[in-house]
Amino acid sequence: MSTSTLNNSSAESFTQAVDHFRELYGNHLPAQKSLQADAAAVFIQLGIPTTKHEEWKYTSLAVLAKNTYRSVNPSDNCSLSKSDVASLALTNDTLLYVIENGKFNASASNANALPKGITVGSLAEMAGDARVQAHLMKHADFSDESLVALNTALTFDGIVIIADAKTECATPIQIAVVNNTAGEALNIPVRILVIAEKNAIVNVTETHHSFGSKSPVLVNVVSEVVIAEQARVNYIKLQDEDQNTCHVNYHKVNMARDSYQHISTLTWGGGLVRNNLNIRLDDVNCTSYLNGLTIAKDYQVIDHHTVVDHAMPNCYSNELYKGIIDGHAQGVFNGKIFVRKDAQKTNAFQSNKNVLLSDDASMNAKPQLEIFADDVKCSHGATTGQIDEEALFYLRARGIGEVSGRALLNHAFAADVIEQIPDENLKSALLDRLTARLNA
Amino acid sequence: MLSIKDLVASVEEKQILKGLNFEVKPGEVHAIMGPNGSGKSTLASVLAGREEYEVNSGSVTFNGEDLLEMSPEDRARAGIFLAFQYPVEIPGVSNANFLKTAVNEVRKSKGLEALDSKQFLKVMQEKMKLVEMDKTMTQRSVNEGFSGGEKKRNEIFQMAMLEPSLAILDETDSGLDIDALRIVSNGVNALRDGKRSFIVITHYQRLLDYIVPDHVHVLYKGRIVKSGPKELALELEEKGYDWIKEEVDSSVNA
Ligand SMILES: Nc1ncnc2c1ncn2[C@@H]1O[C@H](COP(=O)(O)OP(=O)(O)OP(=O)(O)O)[C@@H](O)[C@H]1O
Ligand SMILES: [Mg+2]
Repeated sequence: MSTSTLNNSSAESFTQAVDHFRELYGNHLPAQKSLQADAAAVFIQLGIPTTKHEEWKYTSLAVLAKNTYRSVNPSDNCSLSKSDVASLALTNDTLLYVIENGKFNASASNANALPKGITVGSLAEMAGDARVQAHLMKHADFSDESLVALNTALTFDGIVIIADAKTECATPIQIAVVNNTAGEALNIPVRILVIAEKNAIVNVTETHHSFGSKSPVLVNVVSEVVIAEQARVNYIKLQDEDQNTCHVNYHKVNMARDSYQHISTLTWGGGLVRNNLNIRLDDVNCTSYLNGLTIAKDYQVIDHHTVVDHAMPNCYSNELYKGIIDGHAQGVFNGKIFVRKDAQKTNAFQSNKNVLLSDDASMNAKPQLEIFADDVKCSHGATTGQIDEEALFYLRARGIGEVSGRALLNHAFAADVIEQIPDENLKSALLDRLTARLNA
Repeated sequence: MLSIKDLVASVEEKQILKGLNFEVKPGEVHAIMGPNGSGKSTLASVLAGREEYEVNSGSVTFNGEDLLEMSPEDRARAGIFLAFQYPVEIPGVSNANFLKTAVNEVRKSKGLEALDSKQFLKVMQEKMKLVEMDKTMTQRSVNEGFSGGEKKRNEIFQMAMLEPSLAILDETDSGLDIDALRIVSNGVNALRDGKRSFIVITHYQRLLDYIVPDHVHVLYKGRIVKSGPKELALELEEKGYDWIKEEVDSSVNA
């Protein structure tokens, strides 16, 4: 794997930032001290990946060289209140937590009535807890992921969600991750840990937004989701930041036997967004759904990299990613499925469909199946096309104007992904937001 | 109502309509017959405003307005409806949602208030009865997975919803079973009100037993080469097109 760095001030400025941060704040989380020190060393060695790196071929982080990003730190204060963030709640009953510039903002959060058996709290406060220590920074491997290393080295807060064994929480727990700038470019690490213990059920929604001066930011999110035996996690990521945001997101799921996870990654904001989803089906009888949606326009770059790793027999995974790319925007989909030697009777499916709305829009789709077991059912397909002109004419021939006809077709194409979301309230809230985004 | 003069139209550089003249008055039903490839669907497409079809010369006016200057949606809003020979499948758009959007856009163009969900549902239920359409069909995506006959019936259902002043039915009878043919024809007849006009493109005289035309025309090589009363359809059924082709081809050669 390439270890080349950006040959410019950008990599250096991040390296300096890491050095500087550690000088001032040490390894901020005492219980994770040695992990953070290791991560700092890894980042300083690897630096920011360039397009020479195989996994970053189509997505250039050169934009990060344009500014000097100050790394947020424990002495930064939160300024948002409940009323500032009220409109971010996806549903009326959502349990809303706010992370402002990487920091847990308790006073803006709005979740009085947490169900019994659910713990939600600031990562800074909970990092020393035994259950947190057992998992935090243990799943998202940073040894060859420089941005995970950067996040790990700089993390000083974030959020922890724990569902005790047998706890069922149908109410969505929403983490509103807000970038709130005041004229200064920021490097913001965001850290999320979700633990669903045996037989627990949780519903987590991670939403991303921009506030304030909308200055350039690097939002670097690392989520670790640990799903114990027979537990179920429904997860939604909604990325709706402004176009000055460079958003990198590493989401690692570790699944124990008989567990279930369903994740939808809906990306329609941000200037450059890179999602790395890494799902490890680590024991028998796991079921995993991964759905994703890109809606890109202007000069947005939206990149979904997914890895579904079937390690053990009798598991099922199903992946549906769709993209609508307009303007000069660029979409990337890279879907890897590994079926390891022991993973007999695996069923793994993947589908990627894209529509380009303009001549300058582009899409790079690359499915990759690596199968080492012999008794498996796997399929994948990737298509990229234009809007269906026949369908558009049919709509127009019934009196529907060209603009609304296009919107109707795009909405139908994209809604297909959101329709897969199991929770009815979240589904309809997100369909509304999709409509608004397509009409923007 | 509709007046076509010396219409010449081509697709992909190939001339299909070669000087076509045709007149439809309010309330009239015209049947257009003719051999495969003679240009019937091309005529329908040109009238509906399909962009691949280029009009080289001639004129089409609809209620005094230049139809050829209008966008497809404006033609639909002005009252032209084309029942497609091959209806298109639109995954993800429910029939009901599609029709509600269409009906309300047409209403808007006429300065009428949009129908709310309740009002729309009422109208829809009425029209569903007209074509004996199953409720589940309205919830399904437009034409997706519909059988050939269901697609045709759906076209007539849409026509009933949109209440056009001129409906062009392009082989709506093909693929229909005997019962569906009767249902579709009844639907059409129910909409005959003395003002609404129809152009019925068909290969079979059978349909014209149900939907009795005022005039029958034969389209051949891009022109209307013969017109007559409804009995012309019977004659064609019996004798085929050879005698007409001979007539036309010999006069061209002469
Ligand atoms: N999009 C197109 N591209 C190329 N050729 C076309 C196209 N549309 C129509 N044609 C040609 O134009 C001619 C007339 O076609 P049209 O569909 O109008 O015939 P029709 O009279 O409706 O025939 P049928 O009875 O078989 O439906 C045919 O030779 C056909 O191949
Ligand atoms: Mg035809």
